[in-house]
Amino acid sequence: MLELSQVTAGYGAFTALWDVSLRVSAGEAVAVVGPNGAGKTTLLRAISGLIAPRAGRVTFEGAELAGRPAYETVAHGIAHVPEGRRLFPQLTVAENLKMGAFLPAARAHFHESLERVYTLFPVLAERRAQRAGSLSGGEQQMLAVGRALMSRPKLILFDEPSMGLAPVMVLRLFDLIRRVRADGYTILVVEQNVRQVLKLVDRAYLLEVGRIKMEGRAAELAEQDFVRKAYVGL
Amino acid sequence: MIEPIFILEAVVNGILLGGVLALLALGLNLIFGVIDIVWIAYVDLVTLCMYAVYFLVSVYGWPLWLAGLGSIGAGALLGVLVHLLIITPILSSPPINQLLATGGLLFFIQSVATLLWSTDHRSVRVSLPTLEVGGIFISFSRLLAFGLSVLAMIALYLFLRRTYTGTAIRAVSQDREAIALMGARPQRLYLVTSAVGGAMAGVAGALLIIQYAVHPYFGGAFGPLTFMICVLGGLGNMVGAFFAAFIMAQVISVGGVIVSTEMGYVIAFVIFIVLMFVRPGGIFAKRG
Amino acid sequence: MTTTFRGLGLLALVAMALVPVLPLGAAQEYIWHVIIQIFLWSFVGNAWSLMGRFGLVSLGHGAFLGVGAYATVLLWNFFGMTPWLGGPLAVLLTVALALVIAYPCSRFQVVGHYFALVTLAVGEVVRLWIIAERDWTGGSLGVSLKTGGTASGLWTLQFADKRVFYYVGLAAWLFGLWVWWRVDRSMARSAMEAIGEDETAAASVGIRVTRFKMGITALSAALTALGGALLALYLAYTNPDTFSGIGVSLRIVFAVVLGGMYSLLGPFVGTALTIALSEYLRIYFGIKLIGIAETIYGLLLIIFIIFLPAGIYGSLRDALFRRRAPRPSGDVPARA
Repeated sequence: MLELSQVTAGYGAFTALWDVSLRVSAGEAVAVVGPNGAGKTTLLRAISGLIAPRAGRVTFEGAELAGRPAYETVAHGIAHVPEGRRLFPQLTVAENLKMGAFLPAARAHFHESLERVYTLFPVLAERRAQRAGSLSGGEQQMLAVGRALMSRPKLILFDEPSMGLAPVMVLRLFDLIRRVRADGYTILVVEQNVRQVLKLVDRAYLLEVGRIKMEGRAAELAEQDFVRKAYVGL
Repeated sequence: MIEPIFILEAVVNGILLGGVLALLALGLNLIFGVIDIVWIAYVDLVTLCMYAVYFLVSVYGWPLWLAGLGSIGAGALLGVLVHLLIITPILSSPPINQLLATGGLLFFIQSVATLLWSTDHRSVRVSLPTLEVGGIFISFSRLLAFGLSVLAMIALYLFLRRTYTGTAIRAVSQDREAIALMGARPQRLYLVTSAVGGAMAGVAGALLIIQYAVHPYFGGAFGPLTFMICVLGGLGNMVGAFFAAFIMAQVISVGGVIVSTEMGYVIAFVIFIVLMFVRPGGIFAKRG
Repeated sequence: MTTTFRGLGLLALVAMALVPVLPLGAAQEYIWHVIIQIFLWSFVGNAWSLMGRFGLVSLGHGAFLGVGAYATVLLWNFFGMTPWLGGPLAVLLTVALALVIAYPCSRFQVVGHYFALVTLAVGEVVRLWIIAERDWTGGSLGVSLKTGGTASGLWTLQFADKRVFYYVGLAAWLFGLWVWWRVDRSMARSAMEAIGEDETAAASVGIRVTRFKMGITALSAALTALGGALLALYLAYTNPDTFSGIGVSLRIVFAVVLGGMYSLLGPFVGTALTIALSEYLRIYFGIKLIGIAETIYGLLLIIFIIFLPAGIYGSLRDALFRRRAPRPSGDVPARA
């Protein structure tokens, strides 16, 4: 479904990704793990169109997306849940969700999507008139995911979803992502919390200093030393 | 000593004046809040709309209400033109360049108006009565302008709160990248914002021409005042601007009666400067 | 500066000094008049740029110009005080005003848009106040400098012969350039640039932010006031719209930005061009098309801001220096 082929990208004079290739098949859940500063966020931004890659190709269901602006990639069916959530703080929960369905295709099925989101996240239904900025961390993350679902995507990109959440919330969150995946969405998660995310996904890539160092099935990678030693305790 | 009845009249007139000032401030604030650029030439756009109404009524014989609608259309068109021709190229320039570009527009509009229509004061001959309520004299045109500006502000509020585009405009002012991830084009939203801001200038123009005569330097009188109101309420803060407008209007009106018309403005400006030091973010600035 | 530049500069200076004694024909009084205005207004422009180049964009320098001008004129008109005293007093008054505004601005971090708009308000306050106090300021009609009568020209600084003012203007302009150059070379410049980039960071390394900001503002205001005083003395007339308010403030800023805000001669180039342009248009169109000069002026400014933000002089200078600098590998280096 999604294929990156030798993507190089960065900011100004700084290159964050070098020659990155990966693929995600329809229905899969894939993770990209790695330490801070590895370039994981850059990777997602290059896919969703917030930045344009300097080299390489980004193909989604046959369409070439590299360099296309963000509002176009959404129309192709990619939803990006950004790092830090990036909710609209002054807008209510309901308004944030409304914005998620901005695309005409999504707007046509607005009520259906809204029902789905409220079913998945009942707490959002309770707080629908509350300002997004006043929600708790966990609730904000749910809203961010719900907002992404409103655009009726095929592929959902999650950028560090566990960031800033208490451990209990992290477990709940990954449970939710599991349910989203079970609903039929294809998932690409970028995470520092290696242990938890490997329990969630089918396959994973290890990104270090802008390059893919390792790839394989989640179970295999979980056995690797680097998971045991370097990232223990997260 | 000044009789209390005159003070009361000044207060009432202040409220009526506040209505139109609030309208001006909201238009300017809308654009600043969303696009983050101060249109120094905003009130000069209002001046152009005033001229539009003047010519439509006095030369082409349109009825006033129709000319008012024309003014709104003209304002929206001007807003779009300004955004496309001047704002878009300088969106990522340093703020001083942005200020100077719209300042250059101010110069340009004022001098083109002088060129085309000379410095003569022109007014629309509307014979609207003066009402007397309990010893106070209120000009009907002023009352009408107040009423219509309140309506316009309600319309703006509903647009921003209830419609998809309005909500998207509020969203883009909070997070430009995030709204792009929803499939909305920030540039298009900016364009709509500019059109709406321009339309409000059009409304203000129609309301002002029935009270004041228009001349090329009309913006020089109301322009700085509008900025002060916006800054006082907190740049980008719509509610703040609304209240600040009425406060300034009161100072001008009552000060004008107690001392002199010009001193009324001086006092208002001095109060503004002092308040800026007390609360640099505007008197309604949100904490933190 | 290379020796060629220095040589050219000296030559230009000598040429300027000689203008009043050259036989320029019947229009010579007019030419002197234009050049005097250019000198004095670029002096003011340079003063503004002392703040502008460090991010303190003031849209209210008309306040300083107006106070300097009016104080000097009124002190002479009402008290017979010689401008040699009245001028400095006017400058002191203006500096006091500047400090009153600058202190809270610095302390409470009023910067950027807010600073620009506060200064705009100050400029307008001065203008409105002058108009309001029409009993002794003459209001919007302005006030003329009373003739010195039998008193010596030097005492009253009123000269029948424009040429004296020509040299006064030249001296003032050179003085302004010297001040600008000294500031450019001083610690203050580095400090102000640091402040302009990140005030908190600057403060954390020990830079006395408030002091520097106030210092630069006071200096800029003092020079502007001096310019205002000289202009008022030369024109023998002041009025609130040409000496204060948003109009003149914007005009000053535009001329500087047109020429280039970050360079020594930028304000001069910009002012010279704008004055020359409006004079040319006035001659060409006569009184037929009032406002045509300003229209073209405003249009040019918008175009310049968009396409040449470094100003004419600034862009030219950058272009020249870029040709001299070594090019990245692969290109033939330009001839030095």
